[in-house]
Amino acid sequence: MLYSPAPLHIPDGFLSLVIALIFWGITIITVGIAISKTNKSLGEKQVPLMGIMAAFIFAAQMLNFPVAGGTSGHFLGGALAAIVLGPWAGILVMTAVIALQALLFQDGGLLVMGANIFNMGLLTAMIGFGLYRSVIGRSKGMRLAVAGVAAWLAVVASALVTALQLWLSGTSRLEIVVPAMLGVHLLIGLGEAVITVAALSFIEQTRPDLINEKETAAKGGRGWIYAGIAIALFAVLLSPLASASPDGLERVAEDIGFLAHGQDAPYQILPDYTIPFLGETALSTIVAGAVGALVVLGIMILVGNMLRRKKAHSHQ
Amino acid sequence: MHADAFDRFHEAESRLHRLDPRVKVVVTVLFILSNALLPDGAWAAFGLSWIVLLWANHLSSLGVDFSFRRSFIALPFALAAVSAIFSPLGVPLGDWSIGPLTLIPTDYGLIKFGSIILRSWLSVQAAILLVATTRFPDMIHAFEHLRVPAVLTTIVSFLYRYMFVLTDEVMRLLRARQSRSGSVAGLKSGRSVAWRARVTGNMAGQLFLRSYERSDRIYNAMLARGYTGQLRTLHAHVMQSSDWFFTALSIVIILLLQFTGRI
Repeated sequence: MLYSPAPLHIPDGFLSLVIALIFWGITIITVGIAISKTNKSLGEKQVPLMGIMAAFIFAAQMLNFPVAGGTSGHFLGGALAAIVLGPWAGILVMTAVIALQALLFQDGGLLVMGANIFNMGLLTAMIGFGLYRSVIGRSKGMRLAVAGVAAWLAVVASALVTALQLWLSGTSRLEIVVPAMLGVHLLIGLGEAVITVAALSFIEQTRPDLINEKETAAKGGRGWIYAGIAIALFAVLLSPLASASPDGLERVAEDIGFLAHGQDAPYQILPDYTIPFLGETALSTIVAGAVGALVVLGIMILVGNMLRRKKAHSHQ
Repeated sequence: MHADAFDRFHEAESRLHRLDPRVKVVVTVLFILSNALLPDGAWAAFGLSWIVLLWANHLSSLGVDFSFRRSFIALPFALAAVSAIFSPLGVPLGDWSIGPLTLIPTDYGLIKFGSIILRSWLSVQAAILLVATTRFPDMIHAFEHLRVPAVLTTIVSFLYRYMFVLTDEVMRLLRARQSRSGSVAGLKSGRSVAWRARVTGNMAGQLFLRSYERSDRIYNAMLARGYTGQLRTLHAHVMQSSDWFFTALSIVIILLLQFTGRI
C-alpha cells in the first residue's frame, strides 16, 4: 500500500456542526493571514517552492521504519515544515497537503477539514517553529534537542486537541478518548521527534545556507515564541489533567457553557460530584506531565549532544 | 511511476462527468452538510440519503455500488465513536463487565453511535463520487471559481503535479535502503529502533534537499515557458442550463431530506 492514512485525520460525521464550523473559522482566519504575509514577503518564486515542499511532505509521510511486531513509525512533518520553511509557509504547505488528502483520498472529511488543518497544520507550525525560534543562536545540540521536543509535543498536542474535539462533539467519552489518543501518539511522537532531528541535522550539515540563525529569525518574529510556548504549555498541562481527571474538565466545560453549545445533549454531571477542579490529584498530575516533558527534553539534549560529538569525531 | 497510481478519476461518459465541477463541489458539500444537520436517529432520512447516493452512482455510469465498494476507508475511525454507546443518558440496555470495568450501553448511546457511523459513511461516499467523476485539476479550478485564494489552489496544483515525482524519489530511497539492509533469517538484523528512525530521518533530509533543488529547476523551466505566477487551464468552465437545473434539483432533494429527518 503506497498511501497509508495517518490516524489523526477526522472523517466527516464525527464532529458536530458547531465544532466543525468554529474550527473552520479559526483556520480560515489564520490561513488568510498566512496568505497575506507570504504574498507580502515572498516573490512569485515561493509559490512553486511551497507546492513542491507540500509534495515533499506528502511523499515524506510514506517514509516508514519498522518498530516492532509488524507496526511501523510514520512521519507527519508539520513541525519540520514550519522550522525549515518558516511558520506561515509551513501552515500553507500543511493546509495544501491536508486539503489534497481529503479531496483525493477521502483521508479526512470536507466539513471537518478546518479542524484537521487546525490540528495538523496550525498547531504543529506554532509549536514547531515557536519552540525552535526560542533557541536560535544556541549550540547545535540544544537546537536539535528543542526541535525534537517540539516535534514530539506537536504530535501530542494534535492528538489531544483531536480528542477534545471528538469529546465536545459528543462522539467520544472524554475518559476514554483522551487516554487512547494520547497513549498512541506519545509513542508516534517519539518517532516523529527522532526523524525531525535527524532530517534537520542532515539539512544543516549539507545546506547550512537554508537553516541558520538569520534565516530562521527572518521567517517569523518573536511573537511565535510566546505562541509556541503557550500552546505547548497548554498541551503539557491539559493532557495529564484530561486523562487523570476527566470529570474536572467536563465541569469546567459546563461552567463555561461550552458543552451545551458543543453537543446536542451534554453528559449529565452527577449532582453529588465533589472533587474540586484543582484538587491535589489534578495538581500532582500536572506536575507529573511537566516532569515528563523535562525528561524528554533531557533525553533529547543527550541524543543531540551525542549526534554532535559523533559528527565532530568523524570530522577529525 | 505512472501518474494514475494515486489518481481517483474514473473515465466515463456520463451526465455526472459532464457536469460543471463547481456544481459537483457545491452539491457534495451541501450533501455532507445535510448529513451533519440530520438529527440523531433520523433513520428514514439517512435511508433516503443513501437512495439519493445510489441514484447519483447510477448517473455516473460507474455502477450502482461504485461508491459503496470504496466506502470503508473511514471505518477504522469508527473506533473513536464506540465510547458514545456507553453514554450516561438514556435507558440502560444491560451491562457488560470487562475486568474491573462495567460498561452500560444505553439506547441513546446506540442511536448516537449508529447516526455518527451513517453520517460519516454517507459523506465519504459523496466525496468518493466527486473525485471519481471530476478530474483533479478541474476540481481545483472549481475551487478557484469559488473564491478560494489563488495561492492555495496553485500550491495544491503543484502538490498534485509533483507528488508522483517525489513519490518516485521516495521509492528510490526505500529501495536503496532495502538493498543495503541484508538480513539472515532467524538473526536480528539492523540496530535499535532509534537508529532506524535516524536512518529514516536522514532519508527525509535527503528527500527535502532533492525536492528543494528540483523546485529551483522547475521554477527556471516555468519562467522559460512564460510563467507569470498563475496556472492556466484549457477547460474554460461555463455554467450551462443543465448545470443550473441539476443544482436546483439537488437543493430541492436536500431540502426534502432535511424535511424527512425532522418530521
